[in-house]
Amino acid sequence: MQLTGNMFSSLSAILGHEISTLPDFPAEIRAPQGTIGGVSGFQVQLGAQVYTPGDKADVMVAMNAAALKVSAMSRHYHDHAILIVDTDSLAAKDLEKAQFKTDNPFTELGIPETVQIVPVPLTTLAKEALKDTGLDNKSMLKSRNMFALGLIYWLFDLPMDKAIHLLEDKFRKKPALIEPNTKVMVDGYNYGQNLALSVNQIRLAAQRSNSDNGLTAERSNFTSIAGNKATAWGLIAAAQKAGKHLFLGSYPITPATDILHELAARKDMNVMAIQAEDEIAGVCTAIGAAFAGDLACTTTSGPGLSLKSEAIGLAVMAELPLVVVDVQRGGPSTGLPTKTEQTDLLQALYGRNGECPAVVLAASTSANCFDFAYEACKIALENMTPVILLTDTYLANGTGLWRVPKLAELPEIHPQTVPEELKGHFNPALRDERGVRYWAYPGMEGYEHRNIGLERDAEKGTISTNPENHEKMVRARQAKIAQIADRIPLLKVQGNTSSDTLLVGWGSTEGHLHAAANELNCALAQFNFIAPLPKNTQEVLSQYKRIIVCELNTGQFAGYLRNSCEGISIEQYNEIQGQPFAVERIVNFVKK
Amino acid sequence: MEASQFKSDQYVRFCPGCGDHAICMALQKAMAQIGIPTHQVAVISGIGCSSRMPHYLNTYGFNTIHGRGGAIATGVKTSHPELTVWQMSGDGDCLAIGGNHFIHEIRRNVDLNVCMFNNRIYGLTKGQYSPTSPKGFVSKSSPFGTVERPFIPAELVLGARGTFFARTLDVDMPTTVDCLVAAQQHKGCSIVECLVNCVIFNNGTHAWIADREQRAEHSIVLKHGEKMIFGKENDKGLAIEIDPQTFVPRIIVVPADDPRVLTHDATQADPTLHRLLALMGPTDPNGVAVGGDSPLPIALGVIRNVEAETYDAAVNQQIADIRSKAKAKTFDELTATLETWQM
Repeated sequence: MQLTGNMFSSLSAILGHEISTLPDFPAEIRAPQGTIGGVSGFQVQLGAQVYTPGDKADVMVAMNAAALKVSAMSRHYHDHAILIVDTDSLAAKDLEKAQFKTDNPFTELGIPETVQIVPVPLTTLAKEALKDTGLDNKSMLKSRNMFALGLIYWLFDLPMDKAIHLLEDKFRKKPALIEPNTKVMVDGYNYGQNLALSVNQIRLAAQRSNSDNGLTAERSNFTSIAGNKATAWGLIAAAQKAGKHLFLGSYPITPATDILHELAARKDMNVMAIQAEDEIAGVCTAIGAAFAGDLACTTTSGPGLSLKSEAIGLAVMAELPLVVVDVQRGGPSTGLPTKTEQTDLLQALYGRNGECPAVVLAASTSANCFDFAYEACKIALENMTPVILLTDTYLANGTGLWRVPKLAELPEIHPQTVPEELKGHFNPALRDERGVRYWAYPGMEGYEHRNIGLERDAEKGTISTNPENHEKMVRARQAKIAQIADRIPLLKVQGNTSSDTLLVGWGSTEGHLHAAANELNCALAQFNFIAPLPKNTQEVLSQYKRIIVCELNTGQFAGYLRNSCEGISIEQYNEIQGQPFAVERIVNFVKK
Repeated sequence: MEASQFKSDQYVRFCPGCGDHAICMALQKAMAQIGIPTHQVAVISGIGCSSRMPHYLNTYGFNTIHGRGGAIATGVKTSHPELTVWQMSGDGDCLAIGGNHFIHEIRRNVDLNVCMFNNRIYGLTKGQYSPTSPKGFVSKSSPFGTVERPFIPAELVLGARGTFFARTLDVDMPTTVDCLVAAQQHKGCSIVECLVNCVIFNNGTHAWIADREQRAEHSIVLKHGEKMIFGKENDKGLAIEIDPQTFVPRIIVVPADDPRVLTHDATQADPTLHRLLALMGPTDPNGVAVGGDSPLPIALGVIRNVEAETYDAAVNQQIADIRSKAKAKTFDELTATLETWQM
């Protein structure tokens, strides 16, 4: 299902539609098929001005009884939606598996009569299409997805020649599968043509607004990209821009692993990606590489961030550049590994022993995972600090439109260095005028020194337990993070800035909040820079009477803002269901 | 180079009488003998008394967090294989909290020189038993004696497919320097177990060999290519025999002139004999200390020294191979391979 969803989205994007996708699947690799818990879904919104994967579908394809039930019960589609159902999957045993009590699932679910149900015997038709190919029964069954895809291509009037080209590209490495899949897909398309009398095609004008990308350049190259891949490529671009060797120490964890996969495959880009023995070794090998002068990164999700806490503290204390990507998932503990949540914010800000400030950033679209991965590297290298980049399942697995940049147009990165005159008397406590310590590393003659996780003397750089020195160093590390606020963009308010109401969000909720603010005709402040906050945060917030912080947790950012800004009254809107917001629910909350 | 070039300006703060002093001096001597410039050397440590070592060596050093020295050293060496990387660790740092990193750096054969200071106690936390404390050991955290069996570090190293294992003793400076130099010259993960005395919390833990008189009788310094002979009068040798019932091989002591006396081959790929030699020593099969009552001498010197591909070299070679064939090598070339469209 994920493959067909991706193919439909890609073709739509290639043809000039904006897209936003939401893959939603269970944690189990082969979850029991046909059961409620085993439903794997893929949601996509396409058209112009697309900010989210949408609240409710106009077209819904249910491949089995369980999917029919889950989608109806969670009201996944509009009352006037087209509902395509595989009637071959509604036999008695299928209904039983999906825990239906009667043999009429549509009545039992109370599906409104306004929903246009299109029953299609997908399995029979796919088998029929392949009857002369000699394929085994199992392969034929699998190909029913392609029949559905062909039918959807027809429904949205997408050109078959481009669809076939895309399919050939997808199956490049399994050429034997190209012909049968093409056959089934084309048959699906033709079946749609024969349906024409009963179903109306949906024709979307191929247009796209560039305003959301903040671009003025015309005729730029665009592609669709998933958040994890964009993150990986942001790291690659930053390393090349900075003239640094990119090192990744990582350990497999859902939903972050695709970043490891991508970087492990990018040896052509001179990336060294290590699959370590555990999460701790992932971050520690990276710290070793940073100590030796590299741009070092580690990628993980919430449970892994917990395991890395002590080592991130070491990087704070040793003042080494380090990029930590946390692709958030539902927690705590193992939680909901494949679902999205914004619940690691406080862990990223505070989840370490001691006074341990680090920079925290959050990407807000799948495509801008690239920009913020790049920014994280820039801040780390220029300020000798760990930077934690928060993304989440929604951004990581979802795809969005990405304007492909050239390396030359990306911001300069100037990694911290060490002045020549310190040769022969270097120590790791020496700082520049910004309060950032100098960076010398093994191989550089005359700068030999000992770095430590113990407190160091502010002048000599050696171990110190002096009380005044400790306070001085705690404040020096905090001041170093605080000065970064001078180098990051000010907070910009989107939407109707003259409204009394300001929606506030951070990270991946930008699309939903943007759509909600449009509908409410109110203002929106979406944060990407969490620590330090943009310098004008207090000033911006104090201009609004009603401030509603919306986030997918119980109010972590709201609490952080209350701590950071004085005299501001904040309302909260929170959801913790492992799913992105629905625009409608936010709108209803604000209106009530 | 001179040993003094490797001395830092820091006052050495090991307790007076601690075995770490001797290893520190041996390290400075060995590094001078090897002759790699100070700026090409990185010394990484975790936490514990021995992990203070980087402070006293005038090289690049990093005193990190408990147990993680191995992972951090792996990052340094793999990303920068041109550097000489040492890891300083203790029996707690290496075998308890850092056990996972320890076995994996050995399994991967990362080209590191690891000094594992084994005093069979936690010193810096003031006297708790460690994974190498003999069974029944009384300490602050085991007031009635431990009930658990200790690790024999060599056995763990060989079990993790180690390519180099040496054992030395704090008071035996020549053997220590020899082991450290051999560790550096070996390409791969070289483990040197340094038996050190903790004068405060575990004084005399190695007394049965630390005393010069007893050492000759209770230990043997193995040298590659030389006969395995020991004893005050050099009158004893080691031989191997197979138990006729179980076919299990075992080491026996025979007169030095017995033709069965073995010649040490540290480069033998099969670890069977290395394991038997490494297991000779201070505890019985249940982990209970036997000290001087051991029927076999403890083996010192380089016990195993085998060539194998190193992780750091292999990782870098794979990248070089792929880059030599790659069409896209820069970010702009990479993005040019994307299916894009214009707006």
